[in-house]
Amino acid sequence: MTPLNPSPERHDLLAASTAETTPLAVASVASRAKPGKSRWPARLDLLQSLSGLLLALFLMAHMAFVSSILISHDAFYTVARFFEGAYFLGKPYPILVSGVVAGVLALFVGHAWLALRKFPAGFRQYRAFVAHKNRLRHGDTSMWWLQVWTGFALFFMATIHLYQMLMNPSLIGPYESADRVWTGNLWPLYLLLLFAAELHASIGLYRLALKWGWFDASDPNRSRRRLRWVKHGLSAFFITLGLVTLGAYIDLGRAHAEHAGERYVPASQSAPAASGRH
Amino acid sequence: MIPLLRRRPTAGQPRRLTLSILRCNPADPASVPHLQDYELDEADGMTLFIALNDIRAHQDGSLQFDFVCRAGICGSCAMLINGRPGLACRTLTRDLGDHITLAPLPYFELIGDLSVNTGKWMRGTSERLQTWIHSTTPVDLDALEARMEPAEAEAIYELDRCIECGCCIAGCGTAQMREGFVGAVGLNKIARFRLDPRDQRSDADFYELIGDDDGVFGCMSLLGCHDLCPKQLPLQTQIAFLRRKMAALGLR
Ligand code: HEM
Ligand code: SF4
Ligand code: SF4
Ligand code: FES
Repeated sequence: MTPLNPSPERHDLLAASTAETTPLAVASVASRAKPGKSRWPARLDLLQSLSGLLLALFLMAHMAFVSSILISHDAFYTVARFFEGAYFLGKPYPILVSGVVAGVLALFVGHAWLALRKFPAGFRQYRAFVAHKNRLRHGDTSMWWLQVWTGFALFFMATIHLYQMLMNPSLIGPYESADRVWTGNLWPLYLLLLFAAELHASIGLYRLALKWGWFDASDPNRSRRRLRWVKHGLSAFFITLGLVTLGAYIDLGRAHAEHAGERYVPASQSAPAASGRH
Repeated sequence: MIPLLRRRPTAGQPRRLTLSILRCNPADPASVPHLQDYELDEADGMTLFIALNDIRAHQDGSLQFDFVCRAGICGSCAMLINGRPGLACRTLTRDLGDHITLAPLPYFELIGDLSVNTGKWMRGTSERLQTWIHSTTPVDLDALEARMEPAEAEAIYELDRCIECGCCIAGCGTAQMREGFVGAVGLNKIARFRLDPRDQRSDADFYELIGDDDGVFGCMSLLGCHDLCPKQLPLQTQIAFLRRKMAALGLR
């Protein structure tokens, strides 16, 4: 806690300063008789940033794993089994995936709860912000609005996705995932989720850097321009990669639709006759 | 500095400008806010301050607006110029279109037409944030002032250039939503006194003033303040710096 020991003479000064006259001229070190301000606003602000940062890093790693389908079916199969611990525990334990998902879900809920504090509270604030944004025509202000809406959309879309992964952790694999995307009709959700998550995360990272003053150059406007380019680059890269990846799952899902539900068996393990690959 | 001499005046007819001004007189119960159009010929190097005075002198003596220094120093002429906060005396009409919309700064108490009471709010903020030097060292008026490193004095002066115009508040989305927010002008003042070696307050003392969601943690880094401050104060870096210092106290 803070040192809250106003010495007697300081008290007198403070009393003098608060005694009706203008305090502007009075020199006294601020002292407080009442207990100090809560440290929680500081901690919540840190946690909001930390949760957002971790989610954004997770999102990047997640994209790297998922897009391994672009290398080969076996590559994705290997990644999926890796997270089930198959390579150090001898056999796959899908519950490990559920564990990771539960962690991400907790982070996600925590972040949403913290960020909700920043949403416009009630219609008056909502209208005030919209009027302000339209009047100002200012990039970063409009970008925050996009972040609020994509965050709001993520609330629903990401929750559906996370719940599925939590409950069916073993159904992750080339055919399993592709069937879910196509036969399971999830591709429209994934398409929207891709845009919402990538935009939200890249704007979030940009604002994180400005908020805490990371990567400051000698001229703040120059570092800001640079950060904005990085932000655009991240959005463009991950949205493109995501679209190509989703396209690959859709293709595979359509080709595999007749055998939907069949599990993938990697080339090295499959007897030629049993393979359902096209 | 003032981009007064930068563009060559175009030869021939002066432009005919239309100024749509949001008018309202709170002192008159019958007054309803409405836009009123005024037309005038543009002159060389005309600022909005000159245009407004021209209108008041020749067309409508009841038009209310503020100015004192007409040189970007006093901070009294801030208004919404085509929706964005700025100083009327520092805005050249030639940088704007033929049709210019003027409105009072939002957020502050309206005195009438384009005139708002920024002073009252600034005074309240100064008192709330205790923006004066706090020191227990007795002042000896006969002694020489303590020396200060030139670099230190420069850094303080850089932040002391704030003219309390209110553009940062009018440009801040957070302030529009949450009335108690101290805004960039308040945070900048704290940063200024935090730099001052004569001020004996510690970070824990400053936390008492700005360590909540009405203070530094309320700022959502929208940076309207930074982009619209007519004195180009480094508000983004100052707020980020204060946020780091104040957040560090949360880790104890
Ligand atoms: C894929 C999941 C998500 C990622 C990667 C992510 C990432 C981020 C990051 C990095 C920030 C900046 C943090 C800061 O300013 O301190 C942020 C802010 C924000 N997030 Fe998220 N977030 C996610 C999900 C959500 C959800 C579900 C919501 C819905 C409530 C949400 C709402 C917000 C809001 C409103 C802000 C702005 C807060 C502010 O202006 O201070 N986010 N997010
Ligand atoms: S910080 Fe800039 S915009 Fe804000 S009151 Fe001071 S001079 Fe005006
Ligand atoms: S950065 Fe944004 S929220 Fe913070 S004070 Fe400036 S305009 Fe307001
Ligand atoms: S009249 Fe003083 S700043 Fe414009």
